[in-house]
Amino acid sequence: MSATRESLLLPHGSEWSFEALMEYDAEIARVAKRFELDTYRHQIEIITAEQMLDAYASIGMPVYYHHWSFGKHFLAHEKHYKRGQMGLAYEIVINSDPCIVYLMEENTLMMQALVIAHAAYGHNSFFKNNYLFRTWTTADAIVDYLIFARNYIADCEERYGYEEVERLLDACHALSNVGVDHYKRPAKLSLEKERAQQKEREEYLQQQVNELWRTLPRREEKGVAPTTARFPAEPEENILYFIEKNAPLLDPWQREIVRIVRKIGQYFYPQRQTQVMNEGWACFWHYNLLNTLYDEGRLSDGFMLEFLQSHTSVIAQPPYHHPMYGGINPYALGYAMWTDIRRICEQPTDEDHAWFPEIAGKNWREVMDFAMRNFKDESFIAQYLSPKVMRDFRMFTLFDDDSRPTLQVEAIHDDTGFVAVRKALSEQYNIGVREPNLQVWNVDIRGDRSLTVRCFEHQRHALGDTTPAVMKHLFYLWGFTTRLEMLRPDGSVTLLHECSSRT
Amino acid sequence: MDRGRGGILRIVDRRFDSKNKSTVNRQRFLRRFKGQIREAVTNVINQRGVRDIDSGEKISIPARDISEPQFQHGRGGIWRRTLPGNDRFHSGDEIERPDGGGGGGGSGKASNEGEGMDEFAFTLSREEFLELFFEDLALPNLVKTQLARIDEYQRVRAGYTQTGVPANISIPRSMRGAAGRRIAFSAVHARRLQELKAQLEDAVVRFGEESEEAREIRREIAKLRARIEAVPFIDSIDLRYNNRMRIPRPSTQAVMFCVMDVSGSMDEEKKNIAKRFFMLLYLFLTRTYDHIELVFIRHHTQAVEVGEEDFFTSRETGGTVVSSALQLMHKIIADRYQSSVWNIYCAQASDGENWDGDSPQCRALLGENILPLVQYFAYIEISTVDPQNLWLEYAQLLDQFKGRFAMQQIRDLTDIYPVFRELFRKKLA
Repeated sequence: MSATRESLLLPHGSEWSFEALMEYDAEIARVAKRFELDTYRHQIEIITAEQMLDAYASIGMPVYYHHWSFGKHFLAHEKHYKRGQMGLAYEIVINSDPCIVYLMEENTLMMQALVIAHAAYGHNSFFKNNYLFRTWTTADAIVDYLIFARNYIADCEERYGYEEVERLLDACHALSNVGVDHYKRPAKLSLEKERAQQKEREEYLQQQVNELWRTLPRREEKGVAPTTARFPAEPEENILYFIEKNAPLLDPWQREIVRIVRKIGQYFYPQRQTQVMNEGWACFWHYNLLNTLYDEGRLSDGFMLEFLQSHTSVIAQPPYHHPMYGGINPYALGYAMWTDIRRICEQPTDEDHAWFPEIAGKNWREVMDFAMRNFKDESFIAQYLSPKVMRDFRMFTLFDDDSRPTLQVEAIHDDTGFVAVRKALSEQYNIGVREPNLQVWNVDIRGDRSLTVRCFEHQRHALGDTTPAVMKHLFYLWGFTTRLEMLRPDGSVTLLHECSSRT
Repeated sequence: MDRGRGGILRIVDRRFDSKNKSTVNRQRFLRRFKGQIREAVTNVINQRGVRDIDSGEKISIPARDISEPQFQHGRGGIWRRTLPGNDRFHSGDEIERPDGGGGGGGSGKASNEGEGMDEFAFTLSREEFLELFFEDLALPNLVKTQLARIDEYQRVRAGYTQTGVPANISIPRSMRGAAGRRIAFSAVHARRLQELKAQLEDAVVRFGEESEEAREIRREIAKLRARIEAVPFIDSIDLRYNNRMRIPRPSTQAVMFCVMDVSGSMDEEKKNIAKRFFMLLYLFLTRTYDHIELVFIRHHTQAVEVGEEDFFTSRETGGTVVSSALQLMHKIIADRYQSSVWNIYCAQASDGENWDGDSPQCRALLGENILPLVQYFAYIEISTVDPQNLWLEYAQLLDQFKGRFAMQQIRDLTDIYPVFRELFRKKLA
C-alpha cells in the first residue's frame, strides 16, 4: 500500500529541477483539462530574484523602456525583499499568447508548482476569456509592441538626449491615468503595422497639427463668426490622446512617445478593473488544482502543509483596526467570492435560493465560467457578493460626509444592510468614482491657444494636492497656458488652477 | 504546449540574460536625484566613524522630491467606504473621525514599513557611496581607481570538506576514512570469527576433522567471511575533498595618528573638513595595510588621547599649544608602536593658531623626534587667512623630508587632495 502511494508521488523536497517542473506542469494540465479550463498555450521562464524585482519595478513587464521611476520602485522592492517582508510568492504572468509565466529561481519546488497552477492556468484562462481582456487587449502583440517601444525610446534618447526624453516621460506618466479611453475600443496592436505606420503617422499627424494652428487667416471663412466655433467639438476624456493629436509644439518623435505611454496604459486598463475577479480566480484554481492532485495521492502531506501556509497568507484579510490593514485584500475577497459561488451551486441554503435563484443548485462550472467571462469587479460584486461572504468578512459601510462632525455606520452585515453594503462595495471598485472625471473642455485656437481642462465634480470630491504638479506637466506638453476648472453640480464653474509659465 | 495536440512544455532559462538590467534604471534614479543623495551622503559622512568609510550605506531622501504625481482625489466631500472586520458597530452608529480631519478620499495610507512616509530610504552600494564621497574631494580618476580597488586574494589550503568537485578529491584522506569505516563495520564479525576459529580447533580435536560439528562451524565461518567481504571497499561517505579558502594577501600593519586642535576657534565646519581628511587618509591606508590602528589625539593647551567619539564632538576653549600633542604622540609611539614593526602615519589638522613661543619647539620636535620614525606626516591648516607662525616653522622642514612630509592650507574640501599627491605618486611609481 505504502509502496504504491510512494510511487504515485510527484517529486518532492524543496529543490526544484527542470524535470520536476515538467512533471508538475503535466499533472496540473491533466487536472485543469478535467475542469475544462480554457487557456492559451504557455511558456515558463526562469529568472533570478533581481530580474523579478526589476520586472516588478517596471509594471511587471520584462521588456520595457528605461526610466528613473522604475529604479525607484526597484530600490523599494529590493528593500522589502531583503527584509523578507514580501510574504507573497513573486509571480509575474503576461497576458500574451503564448502566455508567459515567470518563475523565480529562489522559490522552493512547492512554490513553483503553486505559481504554475496560479498563473499558467488561473490567470491564463482569465486573460483568454474575460470580455474586457478579449475586447481591449491583443494577447499576441503586446510583447512585440513593448520591444518596439523600448527600442524607439532608446533611439530617441540617443538622438535627443536622455534628459529631454526623461522630461517627456515624466509628463506622460503624470497623465497616464487620464490617458485611457473608457468606452471606445482601441485598435489592435501589431508590431509590423506599428513600424510601417509610424513614419506615415508622424507626417500625417504633424500635417494635421499644422493645419489646426495655421496662423494665416483663411479668407474664404470670412462669413463665419469665429466665436461660435468650439475646439474640441465634443469634450475629450482621453487627455493624452488629445495631446498627441493636437499639442501645437510637440515634435513628431514626442508625439510617438506620448502614444507609447498611452497605448501601454490602455493595455493595462482591464487589469485595473478586474483585480478582485482575476486574483480570486487564480487563487481558486491553484487551491482546487493542487487539492485535486493531493486527493489523488500525488502530493505529500509535507507539500500540502507548506502550500496551505502560503495559500492562507495570500488570502488573509486583516480587520480594519489591524496594524497590517491596507484596504480590502483583492486576493481574499476574490477567492472568497469564487469559492462561495461554487458553494451556492453545490450546497445552496434557503438564503441562497432567495438571493441567487438563477444559480443556486446549478452546474458550478458553467456558472463560474459565465461569471468569469462577462463581468468586471464592479459588476461582479454587484451581482455575486453573497450575504455569507459579507458575514464572513464582517463588512460594514461608513458614510463619510465632511460637513458632518462624525462618521455614520450606514449599514452592516445584517439582513437590513446586505443590499447597501454590496452596493457601496461595488461603487468602491468603480473607476469612474475612484478617480476624478477630467475632460479637455476647450482650446482657444484663435486666441492665446490656452487649453482648458474641466473637472466634473461628484459628491463634492476635491482634487488632491498633487494637482499643481500634474498641471505643470500638462503645461509642458501643451506649451501654452493650461487651466483647470471645476464644474459644480449647480452649474457654476470655478477656476482651480492656471499654469502659464514653467516655474 | 497544447497538450491535447501532444506538444511539450517550453521552459526557458533566462537567469543569465541581461544580468544588470536593473542597474540602468537604478543609475537613472541616482543621477536624477544626485543633489538630494549627495546631501544625504554628506550627512551620513558627518555621522560616520573614520573607519566606516569603506562600505555601502542606507540613505534617506525626502519622499516628496521623488513622488510621481497624478490627478487624484483629495480630502473632503461625501464618501462611502466598506471595511472588513466589524467588531462593535450597528447600523446608525455615529463614530468620531479617527484623525479629526476631513474625510479621506483614498484608502488609509498608513505606513507599514515602520518608517515615515516622508522619507524614501534605500541602500547605496559601496561603489556608489565612494563615488559620491570622492566627488566632493575632486580626486583624479587614477587615484579613484586606486582607492576603490579591492585587494587581491590568495587561495590557501584550509583542511578538508565532505563536498566538492572530483578534481579536488584527497586520495589519502578518503582511503584513510574508508579503512576506518571498513574496520568499524566488520569489527563485530571479526570478533565472532575469532571465537569460531577457537571453537573449530576445539571441535577438530574433540570430534575429528570431518565431523558434523566441525563442518557446521566451517559453514558459519564461510558465511561470516562473506559478510566481512560485503562491506564496501570505498563508499561515498568516505570521500574527502581538499578545501581552499580565499584570504586577503598578507601585509603589514599600520598605525594612524589623528591629531586635531580643538581650541575654541575650531568650529564644526572646520572639524568636518578635518574629518574628511582623516577619512581619506584612512581609506588610503586600508588599501595598503590589512590591520590599521587609529590613535586620536586632541589638544588645546594640553593634549589627551581620546576615543573617536570624543575626538570629533568635544569642544574646548582657551589657547593652543601644539607641541603638547607632538610630545604625546612621540611618547605613544615609543610606548606602543616600535617603528620597526609598525608603519606610522600621522595626520594633523589645525586652524594654524598656536602660541607664538611654542612653534619653534614644534618644528624641533617634529624634525628630530617624529619625522624620522614615520612613513608620512600630513599637516593641514584649515583657515582662510594667511599662514601664521606654525605654518612658517613647519615649512622649513619640507626640503629635508621630501616625500614624507606634506602640508597644505585648506579653504574648502577640494584642497584636501594635493596633500595626498606625494603619497599616491610614490604608490604608483
